[in-house]
Amino acid sequence: MSQPTRRTFLKKLGILTIGFSLPVSAAEDLPGSLKKTPAINAWLEVLADGKVRVFTGKIELGQGIRTAIAQMAAEELDLPMHHVEVVMADTERSPNETYTAGSASIENSAIAVRYAAAAAREKFIQLAAQQFQTKPERLKLKQGYVECRNQRKSFSELLEGKQITEAVKMPVALKPKGSYQLVGKSIHRPEIEKMVRAEAWYVQDIRLPGMIHARVARPPSYGSRLESIDEKAFRKQFPDLKKLVIQGSFVGITGPDEFEVTQAQQWLQEHIRWSAGKALPAGKDLVGYLKSMAGKGESVVQRGTISPNATWKARYVKPYLMHGSIGPSCAVAWYQNEKLQIWTHSQGVYPLREALHKLLSLPPERIHVQGVAGSGCYGHNGADDVAAESALLAMALPGTPVRLQWSREDEHAWEPYGSAMIFEAEARLDPEGRIQDWTLELWSDTHSTRPGGNPENLLPAQYLEKPFLPEKSLEVNGGMTRNSEPYYAIPNLQITAHRFNGPLRVSALRSLGGYGNVFAIESFMDELAEKACKDPFEFRLMHLKDERARATLLKLKELLKNEPKNPSEGIGIAFARYKNTAAYCAIAARVQVIQSSVRVLKMWAVVDAGEIINLDGIKNQTEGGLIQSASWTIREQVRFDHQQPITRDWYSYPIFRMSEIPEVEVHVLDRPEEKPLGAGEAVQGPAAAALANAYYQASNRRVRELPLLLNSYQEQIKPEK
Amino acid sequence: MKTTLHLKVNGTTHTLSLNPATPLLYVLRNDLQLNGPRFGCGLQQCGACMVLLDGKAQPSCMIAVDVVKNQEITTLEGISSGDRLHPLQQAFIDEQAAQCGYCLNGMLMSAVSVLQETPEADDQTIREGLERVLCRCGTQARFLRAIKRVIR
Ligand code: FES
Ligand code: FES
Repeated sequence: MSQPTRRTFLKKLGILTIGFSLPVSAAEDLPGSLKKTPAINAWLEVLADGKVRVFTGKIELGQGIRTAIAQMAAEELDLPMHHVEVVMADTERSPNETYTAGSASIENSAIAVRYAAAAAREKFIQLAAQQFQTKPERLKLKQGYVECRNQRKSFSELLEGKQITEAVKMPVALKPKGSYQLVGKSIHRPEIEKMVRAEAWYVQDIRLPGMIHARVARPPSYGSRLESIDEKAFRKQFPDLKKLVIQGSFVGITGPDEFEVTQAQQWLQEHIRWSAGKALPAGKDLVGYLKSMAGKGESVVQRGTISPNATWKARYVKPYLMHGSIGPSCAVAWYQNEKLQIWTHSQGVYPLREALHKLLSLPPERIHVQGVAGSGCYGHNGADDVAAESALLAMALPGTPVRLQWSREDEHAWEPYGSAMIFEAEARLDPEGRIQDWTLELWSDTHSTRPGGNPENLLPAQYLEKPFLPEKSLEVNGGMTRNSEPYYAIPNLQITAHRFNGPLRVSALRSLGGYGNVFAIESFMDELAEKACKDPFEFRLMHLKDERARATLLKLKELLKNEPKNPSEGIGIAFARYKNTAAYCAIAARVQVIQSSVRVLKMWAVVDAGEIINLDGIKNQTEGGLIQSASWTIREQVRFDHQQPITRDWYSYPIFRMSEIPEVEVHVLDRPEEKPLGAGEAVQGPAAAALANAYYQASNRRVRELPLLLNSYQEQIKPEK
Repeated sequence: MKTTLHLKVNGTTHTLSLNPATPLLYVLRNDLQLNGPRFGCGLQQCGACMVLLDGKAQPSCMIAVDVVKNQEITTLEGISSGDRLHPLQQAFIDEQAAQCGYCLNGMLMSAVSVLQETPEADDQTIREGLERVLCRCGTQARFLRAIKRVIR
């Protein structure tokens, strides 16, 4: 800890604000996150042992970004993979790249590292040419050295132990793609070996000297306030517990023994008196209720004129879904020497620091937020909340590291869910079966309440004596309308969106509104294909101009060429381009429907994510997306009573278990000359529609309201005792 | 209410002074500082906390440490021999069978248990053996491939 931090080191060099020393136009030319942080050494440092350390403001969540970034750096510098070390999001070391979200890490962070590494390469060559007094063409990079016949110098010798503090300046010569050794290949993720060896890797594995455990007592509903708590009785019951922290209606309990702390949490939950919160609209027709509280429609897209006589109309509904991380959220916080350090699996360390600064009235430079791997989160789950709670507890216990582990119930009942959505679609076909008019009206809550520097979105902030309460707005935003415009050539188009403030806490869940929008659009496309008497492939291709989109669908068609038609089974397809600007994705699903049971037998995905960085990484994300989306689509729905969500464990909120997992087959189209596009979320929406379409093929029943299967898994599988 | 208790974990006997009602998981993670078994639900619903009790995969999050004091307890740390990985661990690396990896402990420990009982397990037997373990990342297809790689 005596080493200077990167920040103080940079400060000494006087280049902390190098971003501002560039003329604006030059910075704007820079790709990805270099725009904001153009200094080479913000992204890359040369180590004395010949290795290179790369910094990213993103965090590894199982999506493999760490390896993709290392590949990009290693490729440009001709280094073996194990000579590249990656430092993830950390407010004292990494560049500020706000959130790890929206499948944008490759497009922003990895690209920044690629250019920074290429610029470093140019610098090494230039220095070596001077020092060896030779021409740059004579020089070669090898294993951290620049070589010229029988002379060689390591990167750090060339720099004489310094770092490259200059900004990246365009143009930067990138390595020719044809000579790639690493990028585009399937590269193993080194952390998988750590995982199978049970080495410490997750925030849950952090153990500090003197660390104590913590839990938070939860009120019975969102708006409840603490009325009374019998502290004397509590003390009598739990004499060993360190400290009961009560701040307004926020009640935290800490102690050295984790089991005892969990017992105390339970005791508190049973003994605290809370006021009743606002009742939830249980038992009401949710669709009618949500529509009734929505704001007026805002136009998203308007093109041409819609004539009044639609050929076909349909309404689709997507329920509230949860992230459902397998490891409930966790954080460790330590306040000592007037500085607060937090270890978190938050997707945004800088915005979290900013929000904590306002929550705790602590200057940002006295808060150090360090990103550590967590259980997969697929969006904004309880990570930021638990970090804020641990911070409040740590501040109340100066000098003692506090580890706060959410319970399963905390995570299931208090995480911000993915919003319910309603879609009403109408279309008119011409006599040739082409779509002439298309209208889509949608209703949704917001899809992001990330803290973004504001404390009111941190759960505990809402329970303090002087609570920070989130502003309710009826303004339509981009998350809800993501993918609401079909990627098809349609002359007359009208998309309208309404925002409601629903009864449940919501935020970003993998693909945001894209999942619901694509489910609706691609189900509707299937219905229209039938009206037009066209094959689902043909109908989509008739309306697709973009060659890459067509190629993705045609590849899927080829894969299905020899698929047999079996009784009580059906195959459905769907297509979307994520955000209409990112990865292309075509999906097929084969399902079997026997009476009321549905089985997903197989799913296929064809993905065009532009230039491939880590082939196996894309496949892994896509396979996972297929299975996760199938689980959402077939089984999942957050339910609530008048007080609270009642889906509070894995029996009341069942997700796919091993016996339900379909076979998955993923094809990635190689587009080395195209920009790399994030692929982590592209599957979610089309997979849902492919399943609904397959269900229709198998059963002749069109399901427009998810989940497809409303049966109670709870009854089939009983908890083992 | 603390008592002294001997616990045999990964071949080593530990003497511990603790509340005998403590769930085994907390003892393994906190007292013995093991990372293999993980907290996922504390309700025996997700399998993140799997260990082998006398060779059979069982969740460790609800069972009191007192109940298992006479059993052989094996965690993920205990299935490799020194630096040599268990074939299943190697297969998970070879198949890159992980996304976030949080569920990996449960998957691996259950697979060890299944293959010990049925070395030539078929697809259905493997799935049944892993049914108690949840994975939210959707990596199950890879887990199945990895396990089958060992059987082949
Ligand atoms: S943590 Fe034990 S089964 Fe979930
Ligand atoms: S790999 Fe993330 S839960 Fe299974």
